[in-house]
Amino acid sequence: MAEAIRIGWRQYRLERRMFWRNPSAAFFNFALPLLFLALFGAIYAGDRENIDVLVPGIAGLSIVSTTFVALGHNLTFLREQGILKRLRGTPMPTGAYLAALAGHAVTNAVIQLGIVIVAGEVVFSVGWPRDWLQLGVFAAAGVTCFALLGVALVHAIPNADSAPAYVNAAFLPLIAISGVFYDAEEAPAALRDIAEALPLTHLIDGLSGAMVTGAAHWSDLVVVGIWTVGGAFLAIRGFSWEARRD
Amino acid sequence: MDAPAILVRDLHKSYGSVEAVRGIDFEVARGEVFGLLGPNGAGKTTTVEILEGYRARTSGIVSVLGHDPGRRPAELRRRVGIVLQSSAVYRHVSVRELLAHWAGLYPKPRDVDEVLELAGLTEQADVRTRKLSGGQLRRLDFALALVGDPELVFLDEPTTGFDPTARRAAWQTVRRLAELGKTVLLTTHYLDEAQALCDRVAIVKDGRVIATGAPAELDPGAARYRVAWRDSDGELHGRETADPTALLHQLTSEALAHGEPLRDLSVTRPTLEEVYLELVEADG
Repeated sequence: MAEAIRIGWRQYRLERRMFWRNPSAAFFNFALPLLFLALFGAIYAGDRENIDVLVPGIAGLSIVSTTFVALGHNLTFLREQGILKRLRGTPMPTGAYLAALAGHAVTNAVIQLGIVIVAGEVVFSVGWPRDWLQLGVFAAAGVTCFALLGVALVHAIPNADSAPAYVNAAFLPLIAISGVFYDAEEAPAALRDIAEALPLTHLIDGLSGAMVTGAAHWSDLVVVGIWTVGGAFLAIRGFSWEARRD
Repeated sequence: MDAPAILVRDLHKSYGSVEAVRGIDFEVARGEVFGLLGPNGAGKTTTVEILEGYRARTSGIVSVLGHDPGRRPAELRRRVGIVLQSSAVYRHVSVRELLAHWAGLYPKPRDVDEVLELAGLTEQADVRTRKLSGGQLRRLDFALALVGDPELVFLDEPTTGFDPTARRAAWQTVRRLAELGKTVLLTTHYLDEAQALCDRVAIVKDGRVIATGAPAELDPGAARYRVAWRDSDGELHGRETADPTALLHQLTSEALAHGEPLRDLSVTRPTLEEVYLELVEADG
């Protein structure tokens, strides 16, 4: 066990180092959500109600982009390039490797949430989060859920070339209907119903409750939890260390 | 330490209805360089990947350093080094960083600088891996497989696609592995590679071993000679015989009696290349 922890820690540090050396990964993880925050913040300038929706929405977006999107791209690349297969031939324990990947995603999510929270207070005056405990619980639930869904998605992606198409086909509609940029309640009924069935709306509602009102509905956790269980099932069952052979 | 490093008995592997491996047997002694030689699609890679623990076998007995690779024991992965047919490495790290990271995965790694030297990468130590050439990347594959100081090294087509200089360099590395006392199992479809490197080879075709032995012994043409000559009409004749003396005597006597020269007379032994092609074709 001590050996697995030591190796997992080494792998985590390598993942961190490689992440900062790869400008495009850093951009998609950090710059894109902040760009959206700045743009929509400017559009909604002075509009308290919409700013209060936007900041937790961008917090939710940050969680999705640092877990679901990043894992969808990276794991597909690692699998198709044969890097996962190569790792599988070493004594690295599978659990240590997956823990390192998860730790890496969590670190990015935490950094990103921190930036959004500080920007929310300093730039948009939404104030500091009302309930840190609720925030922590919802953030942890969101990271777990979307990390597992990202791993599950990798199984559906047939090759490296199609990774961006698959990831964006899931990611872009999801953020469009889930109330990242506007109050999801104002969407047409049909879209709202779809969004209600998906986890991001509930994650953002929970984050919004924790950050703005201090009264998140724990019921939102249930939907996120169901998707987490489904994601875990698909992630574990479908996980492949190797590219498919023709 | 008399137990073989690798033992394979009646190995079968099917993918759906396709039988890729149909009963392969061989043994590799400790310290031996053993080659699986055969054309593409013969089942070499499937066999090696079963031994490496990447694939489950359909049936048969397999033992690698006393372990069943199908169970993927951690103990076995610590003692084995693998060079895959093709797989990339992390792009945003230097050669030395990557090797140091890999060394950290093993209980008793070799010194990183020593491995760099062994693989011929000392000058590239601080270069990012994405800037390496194809040949340098292959040397990095070797280095990554060696840094854990394995007892047994798998090399799946280690020089396919190499230019002649790069091949010689790779061969040198394999020879150094042998000198270090490592057991090596390599696959190749190059006959000269098997001849240059292997103590013994198994020729594999259509999922079966059709011949096993030292490259020199594998030569069933040892008892066969090919005699060729051109007659007075200029027509080329060739005949195979176990005893060229009698045939030559007959030919030369006739030529002398008729007063005609035996043009282009030659006596040759089949090359291993010809024997290999013959084996591979005859079996089909």
